Amino acid sequence: MHTLKLGKFEFNSRFILGSGKFSLELIEAAIKEANVEIITLALRRAHTGKLENILDYIPKNITILPNTSGARTAEEALKIAQLARELCGAEMIKIEVIRDSKYLLPDNYESIKAVELLAKEGFTPLPYMYPDLYAARAMRDAGAAAIMPLGAPIGTNKGLRTKDFIQILLDELDLPIIVDAGLGSPAQACEAMQMGVSAVMINTAIALSSNIPQMARAFKLAIEAGREGFLAGIAGQSKLARASSPLTGFLRD
Amino acid sequence: MSKKSVFEYESNMQEIHSKVLQNVLAQVSSYHKENYTQAEVLKALQSESLSIEGLKALLSPAASAFLEELAFKARMLTKRHFGNSIALFTPLYLSNYCESKCVYCGFQKGNAIARAKLSEAEIRAEMQAIADTGLQEVLLLTGEGREHASVEYIAQACKIAKEYFKVVGVEVYVMNVDEYELLHKNGCEFVTIYQETYNAQKYEKIHIFGEKRVFPYRFNGQERALKAGMRGVGFGALLGIDEFEKDALATALHAYFLQKAYPHAELSLSAPRLRPILGNRKISPKDVTEARLLQVLCAYRIFLPFANIVVSTRERAGFRDKIIDIVATKISAGVSVGIGEHSGEKKGDDQFQISDERSVAEVFSMLKKAKLQAVMSDSIYVG
Repeated sequence: MHTLKLGKFEFNSRFILGSGKFSLELIEAAIKEANVEIITLALRRAHTGKLENILDYIPKNITILPNTSGARTAEEALKIAQLARELCGAEMIKIEVIRDSKYLLPDNYESIKAVELLAKEGFTPLPYMYPDLYAARAMRDAGAAAIMPLGAPIGTNKGLRTKDFIQILLDELDLPIIVDAGLGSPAQACEAMQMGVSAVMINTAIALSSNIPQMARAFKLAIEAGREGFLAGIAGQSKLARASSPLTGFLRD
Repeated sequence: MSKKSVFEYESNMQEIHSKVLQNVLAQVSSYHKENYTQAEVLKALQSESLSIEGLKALLSPAASAFLEELAFKARMLTKRHFGNSIALFTPLYLSNYCESKCVYCGFQKGNAIARAKLSEAEIRAEMQAIADTGLQEVLLLTGEGREHASVEYIAQACKIAKEYFKVVGVEVYVMNVDEYELLHKNGCEFVTIYQETYNAQKYEKIHIFGEKRVFPYRFNGQERALKAGMRGVGFGALLGIDEFEKDALATALHAYFLQKAYPHAELSLSAPRLRPILGNRKISPKDVTEARLLQVLCAYRIFLPFANIVVSTRERAGFRDKIIDIVATKISAGVSVGIGEHSGEKKGDDQFQISDERSVAEVFSMLKKAKLQAVMSDSIYVG
């Protein structure tokens, strides 16, 4: 299987684990079962205080992907990214610019500006975005190493509600596309991977399951199966019958 | 002053032209809780997103028969939006001087309590002691006494707090936009204001005199704070003062209408119940039993699933320990409601009696046992 390339970084796993809704011990369990190589970290929670530290639960070989959650403008996202670089040396940053406390939908306009700012500062930006073709092109042109469209609003587990628009992005952009937010079951993750997205990010679906290690493993297997299926080439669907011994096989000339 | 209407502003008070108050009062005045049926409660419980009518049904007496269902739905929404996280903070009382007379409050002017105000050195000592417990969020409080705790004094306290904590909020007397701007410039991000009751007639009776008496000025405090650039605002009615269903409805709608106007605002809701105070130990939450309190909190969660719900140490430990698995997302820990008690001897009396006296470490350990994650900071200062 080809590696996942995000800017100058390369990964074997295509499973990115979100960390925001876990208890720390459960993050550890999920990492072990899922073979993930990237885990997100909200910088605003980077230290949980003197009593416990999230970094103690993340093995050293895992790449930490700080996000800019809490940012409402491109400038704030840049400040958070700079803090992330100071704190943990991170160069790859997930951009989240959100100006709506109810739906937590990303603001594409501010996110494009954030990509520009971060790319100029030498970061490898991965913007969380609403799957809009114009915005995706602008983010690519501004220096995004990948784009991270949402499948459905954060935490809803509703799956690929934006499938048709993610397909347009896949058809039109030569850039890794990572489905972020909304995937609620291994089957949905598999479906996204079969479409040809480069990776998926999962948080709520695992954090809220009753058996976290088992669900993490299920997602790992589903992501791998979806990727294999995509690489093998999914046979297209047809509404018309196509017999394996064709009716028209007798024709000559 | 006491003869003025509670709707009459004083000369130093900035008026903003907001329709939120009128929207909230219109909804509350047309709310007749007895009119709701169990069928309407069930319909509300089954809806994908709760309407204002649905909220009214869930707060009504008819919903009390569905408390388990309310709790189940609220828990599901809490987990979906917040996962296993529970944010921790502690209040720090800077001063208990007060120039208002509010009959339910231990700090009221004229109450025979020990008054005190922290000096800058004492603020630092208190903050150091709190920071040593591992907390990263602090809520600064004062009485309603500008004369003793000026805006500049509170701003300076915010500035000092930024040296010790990641998140600084205030719960002080309400201010004009430029005054909130000064706090914001000094590191304050969150403003909590309790309206106490949204019934203006009752409000007039229990707020005898002082700045706090001006009902709409207080009501519009959160909006002025947001105009000043604050990140989030908190709301609360002191349940037990008046008809609690109406006050709960008004609290939720106050937050709802402001969020419509300021979509970025981070909201938090509290549902404190009356507690005995120094000088009046007979004060109680009357008909607001724990079951009714849970009903209110669940209705808040279902109506505003993304809002923080704060449960203070006014409630007993056993209640708090369970409520965090259903609806609450933020609790106070290591609380002292007196002045100067964190770092040494208390020099000013308490505002009210607390029910949960556990330390931060004890609360942290309780959360771990419950497989919940203590979050010390859920915000980042980018000012």
